[in-house]
Amino acid sequence: MSANYEDRQRGGGGYDGDDDQDRRPMGGRGGGRRMHRRRVCRFCIDKVDLIDFKDVRLLQNYLPERGKILPRRISGNCATHQRMLAEAIKRARNIALLPYTTD
Amino acid sequence: MDTKRQYEVVFIVDPTADEEVSRLTESFTQIVTDQGGVVTKAETMGKRPLAYEILHHKDGTFVLLEIEGSGREIAELERRMRVNDRVLRYITVRVDEDRRRADKLKERRARKAAKRPEREGRQRRGPAMEFAEANSE
Repeated sequence: MSANYEDRQRGGGGYDGDDDQDRRPMGGRGGGRRMHRRRVCRFCIDKVDLIDFKDVRLLQNYLPERGKILPRRISGNCATHQRMLAEAIKRARNIALLPYTTD
Repeated sequence: MDTKRQYEVVFIVDPTADEEVSRLTESFTQIVTDQGGVVTKAETMGKRPLAYEILHHKDGTFVLLEIEGSGREIAELERRMRVNDRVLRYITVRVDEDRRRADKLKERRARKAAKRPEREGRQRRGPAMEFAEANSE
């Protein structure tokens, strides 16, 4: 993975972006074989150490229509950040900043 | 336990009693002070819709208190909030441990970055990843 990353570095900025597009989550739906995509934890990239339960705008990104917590296999979050995120969402739910369910 | 604990308390006030918000905040601050705690921040987050109804209320005024103390003032504060009809809901979160951990991680990262500035790849990681992210939005 790291070797691959080095290649991308030399490929220049434009190539970088395109490459990432191809590897979007769920991009391979319907195709016969499983698409390999880069797993990136957005919190690791942004170097987030704390996830605030009052930050509704951020947390909402991880609540799809039904109001369930987006699983890690889809968001690509690392375990540490997923745990922090889940905790924050549950706190936000408790004080009615976020819904438990939506129907 | 000589180190002070830090807490974040958020409570929701009945929006029909809007003029009471500042009074409530003051009285809660007083309670904390009486118990030997310190309110380091008191902020009204404003009126906003609730994600679900609480006691048939669809909106609520959110107030945030940051408190430093031993933990005893939290017990008293929660008891008062529980019996107060104007307070629809409250949550207390202890934040000092998580904050300390975050500071530690940050410091470690800073040390690591200072240790090996010669590694170009590490430095270039930032902008490239940002770019990729911006394009995948």
